[in-house]
Amino acid sequence: MHDVLKVNMMANIHDENDHIAAHTNEDLTKQHIYAVNVMGAPGVGKTTALKNIIRNLKDLKPYVIEGDIESDIDTKDLRGLGIDTFQINTFGACHLDAPMVHNMIQNMKFDEKGVLFIENIGNLVCPAEFSIGEHCKMLISTVTEGSDKPYKYPLAFEKADVILLNKVDLLPYLDFDEAFFMKGVRALNREVPVFKASGKTGAGFAEVADWLEKKAAEAKAVQHHHGDGKTEHHHDHESSCIDRHDRLEPWRISCPTEKP
Amino acid sequence: MHEFPITQQIIKIAEKHATELCASRIKSIKLVVGDYSGFVGDSIQMYFDVISEGTLCEGAKIEIEHVKPKMKCTGCGELFEREFLSFSCPKCGADGEPTQIGKEFYIESIEIER
Repeated sequence: MHDVLKVNMMANIHDENDHIAAHTNEDLTKQHIYAVNVMGAPGVGKTTALKNIIRNLKDLKPYVIEGDIESDIDTKDLRGLGIDTFQINTFGACHLDAPMVHNMIQNMKFDEKGVLFIENIGNLVCPAEFSIGEHCKMLISTVTEGSDKPYKYPLAFEKADVILLNKVDLLPYLDFDEAFFMKGVRALNREVPVFKASGKTGAGFAEVADWLEKKAAEAKAVQHHHGDGKTEHHHDHESSCIDRHDRLEPWRISCPTEKP
Repeated sequence: MHEFPITQQIIKIAEKHATELCASRIKSIKLVVGDYSGFVGDSIQMYFDVISEGTLCEGAKIEIEHVKPKMKCTGCGELFEREFLSFSCPKCGADGEPTQIGKEFYIESIEIER
């Protein structure tokens, strides 16, 4: 006769992901890097938005991790502009998770304080559910997707720390109901800044870049770089927690499952 | 489709606890899954049956408690389930704000044999 026992656990299934994300966040903070998780559906202009933001950065060096299911088209494009860019290919997975980004970060070289843009897989659902170690979640929405998106994909809008409403140059040709869009955004996220932008004309991105540089300057990472000596790191893990690989040069294309 | 790695994670957590308690097998796993957690119960069960082969979880039954998301009215404080394309409170019409209700995703308990 077996002894049957019910065991109460209350174990959060995301704990391991969140633990690794905290690890990444701490690593980046120590290296004076402010990380932005860039989320949005396929085709909202994430990479074009990044180019526009990067063009307008004044004080911080840009670094990029491109997340794509397959291909390195965007990475080649950004490297062509001289931007340190790394590629994660998920080969089917619909979002980046903390282990993928953590492995990549261990292989990156940050020679100056800066902003790391982590462009997530084009998807308005799953990326919002996973922390990857970012300091800030940036959601890119567009007038072409329609004004009902906050109502249909509420989690992405709720979790965003900043929202770009992109492709506004197309407004004259569309029936985008901005009041309805903003009512949905405000119900989900009362304080989030919303910037109107156009990847085509470049309008609006100087303001986004200014906002990001201010947020980064407020973060411990950058204050520490200026030598105020106030930075403290409470989340102290052993470096053996996750394998550290040799650092890669920026042009190296790597898949998270591939050991360099 | 991200239920596959998540199901692996569920098995890993359940096995860790069961091993610590010297269990010979896990009979059932109770999950609490909010509708806004982004995870589909049927997919978890499908992956579970395949991935659990050869583990302490093999043959275990997955029980899922679903939780409907609720908003909290900023006017009257009512907790309510939203209508499509609306965040308005059905009682007073003011906007609701998000709550944690409906985002749950955890293993509540396991039943083990030893």
